[in-house]
Amino acid sequence: MDTLPLVLTVGLLALAGFFAGKHKARLASTQVRSHSRPHYHGYLVALWTLIPALLVVMVWSFASESVITRLVVAELPARIQQMPASEKSLFTNEFKNLANEIDVKKHIPTEAIKSSDSTAVAYQAAQRYIQLTRLSQQLKAAVTLSLAALLIWFTLHRVQPQLKARNSVETIIKGLMIVSASIAILTTVGIVFSVLFEALAFFRHVPPGEFLFGTHWSPQTAIRADQVGGSGSFGAIPLLTGTLLISAIALVVAVPLGLFSAIYLAEYASPGIRTVAKPVMEVLAGIPTVVYGFFAALTVAPFIRETAESFGISASSESALAAGLVMGIMIIPFVSSLSDDVISAVPAILRDGSYALGATKSETIRKVVIPAALPGIVGGVLLAASRAIGETMIVVMAAGLAAKLTLNPLDSVTTITTQIVTLLTGDQAFDSPKTLAAFALGLGLFVVTLTLNILSLHVVRKYREQYE
Amino acid sequence: MTTEALPNTDPSAESAALQQARENNRAALDVTVDKTVGQPFVENPKISTRHVHVFYGDKPAIKDISLDIGRNQVLAMIGPSGCGKSTFLRCLNRMNDTIPTCRVEGDFRLDGEDIYAPGQDPVLLRSRVGMVFQKPNPFPKSIYDNVAYGVRLHGLAKNRAELDEIVEKSLRRAGLFDEVKDDLHKPGTGLSGGQQQRLCIARTIAIDPEVILMDEPTSALDPIATALIEELMIELSENYTIAIVTHSMQQAARVSNRTAYFHMGKLVEVNDTDRIFTTPQHPLTENYITGRFG
Ligand SMILES: Nc1ncnc2c1ncn2[C@@H]1O[C@H](COP(=O)(O)OP(=O)(O)OP(=O)(O)O)[C@@H](O)[C@H]1O
Ligand SMILES: [Mg+2]
Repeated sequence: MDTLPLVLTVGLLALAGFFAGKHKARLASTQVRSHSRPHYHGYLVALWTLIPALLVVMVWSFASESVITRLVVAELPARIQQMPASEKSLFTNEFKNLANEIDVKKHIPTEAIKSSDSTAVAYQAAQRYIQLTRLSQQLKAAVTLSLAALLIWFTLHRVQPQLKARNSVETIIKGLMIVSASIAILTTVGIVFSVLFEALAFFRHVPPGEFLFGTHWSPQTAIRADQVGGSGSFGAIPLLTGTLLISAIALVVAVPLGLFSAIYLAEYASPGIRTVAKPVMEVLAGIPTVVYGFFAALTVAPFIRETAESFGISASSESALAAGLVMGIMIIPFVSSLSDDVISAVPAILRDGSYALGATKSETIRKVVIPAALPGIVGGVLLAASRAIGETMIVVMAAGLAAKLTLNPLDSVTTITTQIVTLLTGDQAFDSPKTLAAFALGLGLFVVTLTLNILSLHVVRKYREQYE
Repeated sequence: MTTEALPNTDPSAESAALQQARENNRAALDVTVDKTVGQPFVENPKISTRHVHVFYGDKPAIKDISLDIGRNQVLAMIGPSGCGKSTFLRCLNRMNDTIPTCRVEGDFRLDGEDIYAPGQDPVLLRSRVGMVFQKPNPFPKSIYDNVAYGVRLHGLAKNRAELDEIVEKSLRRAGLFDEVKDDLHKPGTGLSGGQQQRLCIARTIAIDPEVILMDEPTSALDPIATALIEELMIELSENYTIAIVTHSMQQAARVSNRTAYFHMGKLVEVNDTDRIFTTPQHPLTENYITGRFG
């Protein structure tokens, strides 16, 4: 039985358990007053069936492959057993690939098995592998289903009026929530650590000082010893300035436009305009960034260059300004949508208080509404900022890949994210400094966005303390 | 035990009593309010209103009310919930202008001047007719900035020293200065409810309005804070004209010169407070103040 039908069967069993438990509880509660309503007994039976059975399926599915591989390897002839580890793992991959092939083609090339070289050994191993895999599938189904049946029988047996099914269900649900939360947290921690370790590996090749303070970025390292210009330099400063320059331009565009449109929508727009304008603005955030990149590269960048040249200023065809402007348009909804929500949430009684002192509408907005809504607005801006820092596509298309150390918005620059992409695309050994540099950059990016988040939390909390 | 000793246990007797009460109430409700009884008008009023109608959408909330508010007097407005007291009060400084569905008709005069005339600026009017709300609503600013808010808006202080003086004076008059004099730069929202309400009063008197409107200013406060604010109102009435909405008959009796009783959008009776509470003329008023209705 394959895994999907197996899971579905377990689900059906649990459903049956639910109805059986409910039914039994209802029957039992006709004489005695039951602690929990019948459907809680049903839930308890279903959960007690579902969770352990699914756990078994999960663990089995994860573990079976490596267990089977190890079994097959153990049966291999001594000649292969004595091979060095790297060759052994190559051989393991070979027979696994063969197994996949045979599985797909449903055809065993018998003549290959008869020959006596290592290919034949691989074919035999592949066959053994397939055989064991099938066996494991069957065993998995048998164990899971009998466990589920056993659990249903046992939990149904326990259904009695005095069983605190409601509280038990509550505990199980709480446990599920905790597990979900831990999975999210552990994943994050895992990602952070893997990036951290790769970055540390990078710093064995390139000293951190050079990476952090170097002003020259040119990650081409020699693949062969006779290549020229192959030393590579990994100064991240040009990337950092590029990132900050483009994000700053984007924020200069997005913060005023977003904030003003939020104020207009929340305070001045009629309900009709509001219901149309708000979703339309939010569409801006849903446009794929590659479309923005197109727009930036083909429309905005040439326009900027021509305008600059008509003033006699030289501008490159790919410019930070083009990327920043378009990115600014893209992140407007992050600022406007959140700001609109918090501005609308400022209590009417505060506005009334201001009007009653003879303030005009714009005075009230400037001096009472905006300050009261500030934590939310700051949150929106920081969200927009981290979106801008993480944006890749627009930069690739409109700002170029040249790692120049410049603050001139008309020049072409590159950003951390774009460089990560270029570092990881292309043929390079995985442990070369060029590839590892991507992790160091990733770590840097993570530190920057984390700092932004902590900053925003701090701002919001400080503000709350002051005004609540 | 006999049924006479415990009349409540007899269902028929209870329902008879209930029916009687309902009958009384219906009789009270059937009394039509054709014309306001008592004395709605005074000599040389600060505010005079004539034939006021207010609608929320199509729904009438105030029906043909005419009423004067005497100079340097306290007028109390009482009446059951939803009878239009707040609505009427908010007409007096055009706060209803901020509600899009609200339509106000009638003649309103402040010192004889039509406040709904086309050229009139509601913003300027509100600096002359201040308002204190039911729920204390200090701005999320420091105590000092709360009081200075209106003063700065209207440029009433020429320099910082003068502003300091106005802030201190207003806080003193609101009876709050001694409690907060060391914390002027702490947030106003950190004060207790009663202190916040006095802060809102200080904020209102800082711009020196001529009239102060108060909509249930003590309904969120404890008896001690309430007593402080009532004292303040009596004191303020020496220089200001005050209109206050209240649900407390005792409060109306303690602080006001005149009392107006509202009922379902109509003004039933207005008179000197003593006379309203001792010899009400309209049966609806009598029912309300004796606690039989509302
Ligand atoms: N913003 C509004 N929109 C629509 N109807 C309203 C609005 N404000 C008040 N009303 C209606 O107008 C009528 C009078 O309301 P108002 O708030 O003036 O009563 P009130 O006497 O102040 O009552 P309370 O003692 O409960 O404060 C009520 O029927 C109410 O439903
Ligand atoms: Mg009211």
